Amino acid sequence: MELFQQLIFGFGVALSWQNLLYCLVGVSVGTLIGVLPGIGPLGTIAILLPITFNVAPVGALIMLAGIYYGAQYGGSTTAILVNLPGETSSVVTCIDGYQMARQGRAGPALAIAAIGSFFAGTVGTLLIALFGPPLAEIALQFAAPEYFSLMLMSLVAAAVLAQGDMMKSIAMVALGLLLGIVGRDVNTGFERYSFGITELSDGIGFIVVAVGMFAMGEIISNLGDPEERKVFTAKVTHLFPTWADMKQSIGPILRGTALGSFFGVLPGTGPAIASFSSYMVEKKLAADPSRFGHGAIEGVAGPESANNADAQCKFIPMLTLGLPASGVMALMLGALTIQGIQPGPEVMTLRPDLFWGLVASMWIGNLMLVVLNLPLIGLWVKLLEVPYRLLFPAIMAFSAIGIYSVNNSSFEIYLTALFGVAGFVWGKLGFPPAPLLLGFVLGPMMEENLRRAMLMAKGDPSVFVTRPISLGFIIVTIGILIVMVAPAVKKRRAEITD
Amino acid sequence: MRGPSSVLGRLSSVLCPPSSAPVKLPDSKDFWSGVMLIAIGGAAVVIGRDYPFGTALRMGAGFFPLVLGAVLVLFGVYFVVRGLRSSDRIEGGWSLRALVILPLAFVLFGVLMQHAGFVPALFVLVVGSAAAGTEFKLVEVLLLAGLLTVLCVALFIWALGLPYPLFAGS
Repeated sequence: MELFQQLIFGFGVALSWQNLLYCLVGVSVGTLIGVLPGIGPLGTIAILLPITFNVAPVGALIMLAGIYYGAQYGGSTTAILVNLPGETSSVVTCIDGYQMARQGRAGPALAIAAIGSFFAGTVGTLLIALFGPPLAEIALQFAAPEYFSLMLMSLVAAAVLAQGDMMKSIAMVALGLLLGIVGRDVNTGFERYSFGITELSDGIGFIVVAVGMFAMGEIISNLGDPEERKVFTAKVTHLFPTWADMKQSIGPILRGTALGSFFGVLPGTGPAIASFSSYMVEKKLAADPSRFGHGAIEGVAGPESANNADAQCKFIPMLTLGLPASGVMALMLGALTIQGIQPGPEVMTLRPDLFWGLVASMWIGNLMLVVLNLPLIGLWVKLLEVPYRLLFPAIMAFSAIGIYSVNNSSFEIYLTALFGVAGFVWGKLGFPPAPLLLGFVLGPMMEENLRRAMLMAKGDPSVFVTRPISLGFIIVTIGILIVMVAPAVKKRRAEITD
Repeated sequence: MRGPSSVLGRLSSVLCPPSSAPVKLPDSKDFWSGVMLIAIGGAAVVIGRDYPFGTALRMGAGFFPLVLGAVLVLFGVYFVVRGLRSSDRIEGGWSLRALVILPLAFVLFGVLMQHAGFVPALFVLVVGSAAAGTEFKLVEVLLLAGLLTVLCVALFIWALGLPYPLFAGS
C-alpha cells in the first residue's frame, strides 16, 4: 500500500518537534481569531505571512493551514455560546447551537461540533491523500492551453459561486487580473503601470493587497457599523453528549462531511455555502422539522462537519494543480511562491515532504483542536470580553510591522493604506473582496500561459478548443455561465446568498 | 420594470440636468460601482494605449492590459445602466473618522519608520489607530500603546531579529 507508506512518511515530517510546534501555534492562533469577531483567517494569514518567510516551507505551510482550519473550530464556539458567528462559516450554527446553549445544553452542542469537525477533518485529510496524487498525475500532462482554460474555468466558477452579486464578482476578478500585471513584463521587460516608481516595477506585493483589503478595510468597515456585543457567558456543564445525542448526530455528520467535501473542491464556494446546504438538507430530512430553530442537535452537527470538510478539501486543487479555490488558498499559493516553490503538480514529486507533511499535519492539527477546544473552552470565551477598541489597534500594529518587514519599504505601507480605503469603498459598493485576490494571484500566470499557448499554436486561437482537455474546461466554463443566468437558478441563488 | 427609454431619460437628466433643478446625483450602489469601474478601466486603457500590443503570435506587453481595461469599462457601463434602473442604496454607516484617520496613522508609521525609528513609529500608529474608534480613552490608549510597543520590540526586534533601529540615530 503505497498510500500508507506515504502517509507514514508524512507523519514522520509532521511529527518533528518544530513542525508540531508550528502546527500548535497555527491552530491556537486560528482558534483565537475564530473566536474573535472582526478578524478572519484571510486577514490573519496575510498579516502573519511575512513572519513565515524565515521558516522552512513545510513549517510555514503547516502553520498557515492550522490558522485556516482552526478558525472554523473557533467560529463555532462563539456561535453556540454567544450567538455571534466568529466566522461566516458558522452563521447557521448560531440558529440551533445558541438555542441549545440557552436550554443549558451548551456542552453537548460544543462537543458535537468538535466531534463532527474532527470526523470531517479526518475524512478531508484522507480525501486529499487519496485524490491528490492521481490528480497531479493528470495535471502533469497539461500544457499552456490547458492551464489557461483551467484558470479561466476556475476564475469564472469562483466568481459565479461566490456569495453576493455575480456580475460584481466577475468584475472584481477582472480588476484583480489587471492589478496583477502591474510591473515589469516577464517576457519583454516592459514596465506596465509602474509610473516610474521603482517599488512598483516588481509588481504590487500580494500581501499589500491582502492586508489592505482584509485587515484594514475590514476594520474601517467595523468601526462604521459598531455592533453590540452581548457578553453573555453560558456556564458550560455536562460536556459530553448523551447516547441519544450521538445517535441523532451520526447521520448529519456523515451527510455534512459529504456535502462539505463536494463543495470544498469547487472553486469559490466558501464554507458558508457548505454549512448552509447541510442545514437545509437536515431540516428537509428531519422527521419533525419544527424542532429546527429550537435547539435541534442535527442543526449543529451537520453544518459544523460540512464547513470543516470544505476547509480541508479546498487544499486539493491548490496542492495538486496550483489553483487557488478561495481567497485563503490564494494566500497559501503566494506563500509557496515567496518560498521559492513553483506551485503546480510538480510539487508532489519534487517536494513530497511538503505535500505529505502538510496532509499529516492537518490530521494532527484537528486532534489538537479537539483537545484545545473542549477542555479549554472557558479560556477562549474569556477572550470574547476583550473589547474591540483594544483589539483593532493591535491588529493595525501587527499589519504594519508585517508589511514593512517584507521589503523594508515605506512605500508598501502607503500602498496598503490605499488598498485599505479601496477595499472599504468596494465593500460598500457591494463588491466581494475575495475574487479580486484570486484574479490578482492568477493574473500573471494566466497571461504567461495565454502568450505561451499562442506561441505554441503559431497565433491560432483555436488551440483552446482543438485540444480535448482544454476544450473540456472551456465547455464547463460556458456551461457554468449558462446555468447561472438561467432564471430559476438565479432566483435560487439569490435566496441562498441573502 | 421600467423600459430603456426611462433609463435614457434618467441618464440624460444626470448628464445634462435642467438648468433650474439642482444637480442630483443618484445614490445607487450600482451607479457608483459603474462609475468606479469605468474610471479604473478607462485609466488602464488610456495609460496603456502606447504599450506594445504585439501580434496574436507574439503578444506584446500591451495586449492583456488593454483587453482587461476594456472589459472593466464594459462592466462599468453595465452597472451604470443597472444603477439607473434600480435604487439599491448604499447601506450601513460610514465612519468618515475611521476612513481618514486609520490610513493616515498607517502612512505616519511609514514616514516615522524612515526618520524616527521603530518605537516612535509603532507608538504613534497604535495611538493613531485608536483615535479612529468612537470610544477613545486617553489613559487606556497610552497604556495599550506602551504595552504593544514593548511586546512588539521583544517579539520582532529581539526574538525574530528584524534589523530596525529602535530610535533613529541610535
